[in-house]
Amino acid sequence: MDQPRQYRSFVSYIDRSRQYYAAHGYDKPYSWPHHDHVPFTLLRKPLSECRVGLVTTAGKPKPADPMEAMLVQRVMYAEPAIPPPTSLYTDDLFWDKKATHTKDVDSFFPINRLAEYAENGRIGSASPRFYGVPTDYSQPRTIKVYGPQLLKWCHEDGLDALILLAL
Amino acid sequence: MSLVARHLEENGLSTVVMGCARDIVEECGVARFVFTDFPLGNPSGKPWDVGIQRSILGMALDLLERAWMPRTTIQTPYQWPNDEWREAFMKVDASNRETLAREGKERRELQAKMKNSR
Repeated sequence: MDQPRQYRSFVSYIDRSRQYYAAHGYDKPYSWPHHDHVPFTLLRKPLSECRVGLVTTAGKPKPADPMEAMLVQRVMYAEPAIPPPTSLYTDDLFWDKKATHTKDVDSFFPINRLAEYAENGRIGSASPRFYGVPTDYSQPRTIKVYGPQLLKWCHEDGLDALILLAL
Repeated sequence: MSLVARHLEENGLSTVVMGCARDIVEECGVARFVFTDFPLGNPSGKPWDVGIQRSILGMALDLLERAWMPRTTIQTPYQWPNDEWREAFMKVDASNRETLAREGKERRELQAKMKNSR
């Protein structure tokens, strides 16, 4: 709505989560990554010739039985993109469960929309696999384990570009 | 996710991050970012709204082609039907302060018990 506001419109999750966990009695706030330098790679060919992939923080669908589901560990995965998943596991992730839902995969992981763009020639092709990377408290593990593994899968699948979606 | 995107860019792969937590992604610093000002959970469009989903993904593809420098953020033009979620999410005020403190204490006790039983 076009009206003056006393605060920025978008929510600062860094501020909000610090206050929230402080209220829970955690006295050491999480230190979010901050970088001055940002790496950048230009596309090497027209997008209409590129193979593009998708990554999500959601997990693979879990067993219906709650006890079995509890035993499933969050791990990285690469799964065939065809047929596309009709659901992904998001219950254990941090998102606004009161305001919205994740019953429509394409609202957080646009795998069907990407296939449409491949079909109409906007991109060369969609990756034959899609990828999952768990949200991890450990930044070193994310950088040293998840990053290299994902890069390896991207090379195996001949990707030129990747779209990453955090819930 | 932003850290992973940075690793891929460092190693020669073009990336776009799509998300709803603007400050977290921009503080980390990524090559390209499509920000949609929705509650956390639907970074690629409203559930069941194929038109918005197609449009937002299209903007991510545009960004892949057209961004010429890092830290390029675009904000999609879509709004959530209401603004209540902005204040309600992770809210801390006089009405829930005691409850949150108790929940935190119970959680730490449970974690300590689990640690000791290993």
